[in-house]
Amino acid sequence: MALSEPAPHPAQEQIRPTDSAGASDTAARAVALRAPLRPAVRVPVSVPAAPGTAELTGPVFGTADVGPLDHDLTRQHRGEPVGERIVVAGRVTDRRGRPVRGQLVELWQANAAGRYAHPLDRHPAPLDPHFTGAGRCLTGDDGRYRFVTIRPGAYPLGGSNDAWRAAHLHFSLFGTAFTQRLVTQMYFPGDPLLPDDLIRNAVGAPAARDRLVSALDRTLGEPGRSLGYRWDIVLDGPAATWTEGDR
Amino acid sequence: MLLPPTPSQTIGPYYGTALPFPGGGDAAPAGHPAAVTLHGHVRDGEGAPVPDGLLEFWQAGPDGSLTGAPGSLRRDGETFTGWARVPTDRDGHYVLRTLLPGGAPYLALCVHARGLDRHLFTRVYVAEPPGDALLAALPADRRATLLARREAGRRNAYRFDVTLQGDGETVFLDWSAGD
Ligand SMILES: [Fe+2]
Repeated sequence: MALSEPAPHPAQEQIRPTDSAGASDTAARAVALRAPLRPAVRVPVSVPAAPGTAELTGPVFGTADVGPLDHDLTRQHRGEPVGERIVVAGRVTDRRGRPVRGQLVELWQANAAGRYAHPLDRHPAPLDPHFTGAGRCLTGDDGRYRFVTIRPGAYPLGGSNDAWRAAHLHFSLFGTAFTQRLVTQMYFPGDPLLPDDLIRNAVGAPAARDRLVSALDRTLGEPGRSLGYRWDIVLDGPAATWTEGDR
Repeated sequence: MLLPPTPSQTIGPYYGTALPFPGGGDAAPAGHPAAVTLHGHVRDGEGAPVPDGLLEFWQAGPDGSLTGAPGSLRRDGETFTGWARVPTDRDGHYVLRTLLPGGAPYLALCVHARGLDRHLFTRVYVAEPPGDALLAALPADRRATLLARREAGRRNAYRFDVTLQGDGETVFLDWSAGD
């Protein structure tokens, strides 16, 4: 399937809420009833030491998985999407700063009006026929990734307190070990909605929250065409430590 | 010195245009005689189905190899890549078609769903290996949550349910290095 064809998951059609109150009920239920009550079980050191521990390895991806235009969300349709063109790029490393090479990076986002091309999104902002808002790329030998897209709009979360999301990009990343998997969100510097963004503030430590904010980097944009934002990503997980025998 | 990691953020409700892909759960090559079905339900703390979950499986090949192969996102119908990504349906049900792993008899599983700040790791054991260090470390009354059951009356079918919260809560694993 080409990335340009949105493939709404049929189940999500079925649970489409009828209004924004329904949507916020669904969200509140998910938050209350999905997180485990018991702490995750700490994996004993003898487990990773065992030969053939699957979690210390992970899936591999290549040009069979990612097409040459999949990183450019502005070129997936006949016309160009509305919005401010941007380049978002950076390096993916482990905690020792070693590049994560040849790994899959996936991106999804709202359009410039703050609307997702997704059947669950009931925000009454226009869809853009030229924007799906999904992309993929592979990291290079130096761990670098790069996307071309448009800056997403802010959108309301629904519910009675009129909370809004700061503009953000959703990212999905893979490391060299299955346990390095990361799903997260990137924000834009200077966004006045940042201090009140409920999702970003779910990260407890202020210093950690700040690591979710990209930096304007004029060297990454295309002169006369787009501004660039730099966001480096550090994957956690045992590949950074256990394989060095220093846990 | 270690760099501070980038924090996780919830997957949210709108990943459906980006992450699921056709054939995501068809890890076994088409028509493979040793293909097995692994399926089950994902349920929340009230036992209600989770209709918007996303499950990712990583496993050894039948020869025990953990090298994997590219091509999961655009499967060619022949290559076993070791990795699969399966959304749950409106009943919270998922279906994986795969080959049994050689070596240690488990699949690594990563569960994503809106409402979680971070994905959850667990293991799906398709057999109970004697002396397995992880199973041995679990309290006896929770060990069974990681064991897939062979389905009576169905050839090559295994059942594995995921309970995110509450009674019968699945054991989730903390792999952090803890520094
Ligand atoms: Fe979002």
